[in-house]
Amino acid sequence: MRSAEILPLRPQPPDFAGPFSAALLSPDAATPAQVTGPHGKRADKRYNVYRNNVTVSLIAALASVYPAVERITGTDFFRAMARFHVRETPPASPLLFEYGRDFPDFVDSYDYAADMPWLSDVARVERLWLDSYHAADAPALRPEALSAVPPETLGLLTFKPHPATRLFSSTHPAVTIFAMNRGAGPVGRVDDRPEDGLITRIDDEVTVRLLAPGDATFLSALLDGQCLATAVAAAFETEPAFDLPGAIGEMIAAGAFSHIEMESCHVEHV
Amino acid sequence: MAKVDMTSNNPMKTETTLRFPTISLSGQAGTSFKPEHLAAIFTQSGRHGFFEVHAENYMGAGGPPHRALERVRRDYPISLHGVCMSLGGPQPLDKDHLGRFKNLVDRYEPALVSEHLAWSTHVNTYLNDLLPLPYTAATLAHVCDHVDEMQDAIGRPILLENPSTYVLFADSSMSETAFIGEVSRRTGCGLLLDINNVFVSATNHGFSALDYLTDFPLSGVGEIHLAGHAEQEDDEGDRLLIDSHDGPVADAVWRLYEIVIARGGSIPTLIEWDSQIPDWPVLRAEALAAQAILDRQANRREPSHALG
Repeated sequence: MRSAEILPLRPQPPDFAGPFSAALLSPDAATPAQVTGPHGKRADKRYNVYRNNVTVSLIAALASVYPAVERITGTDFFRAMARFHVRETPPASPLLFEYGRDFPDFVDSYDYAADMPWLSDVARVERLWLDSYHAADAPALRPEALSAVPPETLGLLTFKPHPATRLFSSTHPAVTIFAMNRGAGPVGRVDDRPEDGLITRIDDEVTVRLLAPGDATFLSALLDGQCLATAVAAAFETEPAFDLPGAIGEMIAAGAFSHIEMESCHVEHV
Repeated sequence: MAKVDMTSNNPMKTETTLRFPTISLSGQAGTSFKPEHLAAIFTQSGRHGFFEVHAENYMGAGGPPHRALERVRRDYPISLHGVCMSLGGPQPLDKDHLGRFKNLVDRYEPALVSEHLAWSTHVNTYLNDLLPLPYTAATLAHVCDHVDEMQDAIGRPILLENPSTYVLFADSSMSETAFIGEVSRRTGCGLLLDINNVFVSATNHGFSALDYLTDFPLSGVGEIHLAGHAEQEDDEGDRLLIDSHDGPVADAVWRLYEIVIARGGSIPTLIEWDSQIPDWPVLRAEALAAQAILDRQANRREPSHALG
């Protein structure tokens, strides 16, 4: 017996969504044959309302994720660049704050942006900023938690990252350029140099800090779950002048961690 | 006809511990909630009205959006308005999205929950617009399945909103009002009547907005939307209205609203304003204008429910 004979009869809707959606992101495609105006009126401009809504709203979604990139390039340049990306890589999720993860790589491949080799890293910082903004809530480690730990065991501590903490390294001054362009303030020349940034959220405010030499190595080891002694050793190997008290104080003040643990034994949860 | 609580679409379950006060929005006017208005909202005196949020904007794990919504919810009833469930599409609903929606309903205990008669996802692409569907026996069966599935997932009835459209489908075999009425009858869902959408579609497709409202199953309406629209031209140079939510409610829409309230009673009413957002006093003034119409009706005798 063929399966069609035993299945309950449920009328299958014609796939109106396939033809309708196919032309939405293709400006040269014809208006789908299934749509019409009233009394047989043409529907080209009518269908174009949907085309326009889709493209313009997705460009706006990218602009809201990447305001510094838009300020740097200017609105017309940004919209042209974003339009290519929207058509090539439309969102796969209805959560628009998740959209644009592929945009920094697209910026790298965009010929007209080739003279701004740092632009994609500015975009990467902006993407991490938004991830930090929407990350799960958790308490931040309080500075006094460390003073409760016996000094001889400090090296065994591990630091659990706050869910909103992100670390970013660029071969360009992406953090400085990001910071200059997220507001409306003046911008100036920036010498090309590598930069590391720490993105955290404390008291519901996302902040981006420029890290000193050695800090990124140190923090990266801690975020990977290495104990404090291992992270300190790695940091001094990268940067002999690494400022341990300064680094750990600033990272705790920034809310980078949620709690500390001793080996696998839970010490403090603030 | 399926039994639905038309005034509140309250949760079916009652055993949950309420984290927020239950505040009635019966007979009240509200507005879209925009985070930039938060400070202004809480410096004004009085706590009248309600706020509506797009559910998807609060589907992040944590952070400032949740602090803002918690703050609002402590003092006001909220309406949770979904814009991307894609109930009108032919493909199965997104199970992850249903789960996220249920979590929001559980977390914020909204007074109203609504979604659209539209679709926005095709295969794996989210198109970020409320797209139209043909009205046929086949699409009707599919939409009813989707409404059933959503109501089962979140544990309470939804209000289904009538769309604004710019095109028609050659193979539609039912009127929009008959389609919507049948979805409500089969699934027990309530309805969200967007009067601006009625006016936009009526203008775009050359039918009478009053006839549409006469045919609309008004007794099932748990919320009304009012919004501004923009104007373009179609291929023949005729007026084509765009549901833009970027300005004040049009005079013609206010007149239709007064007619609906006179017929249907003081149905909770929301001013939608989602783009080119004005300062809070401008948006609030629109809500106060709706409130005046609701109050005038409440002071009259009970509505007759006689339509037309």
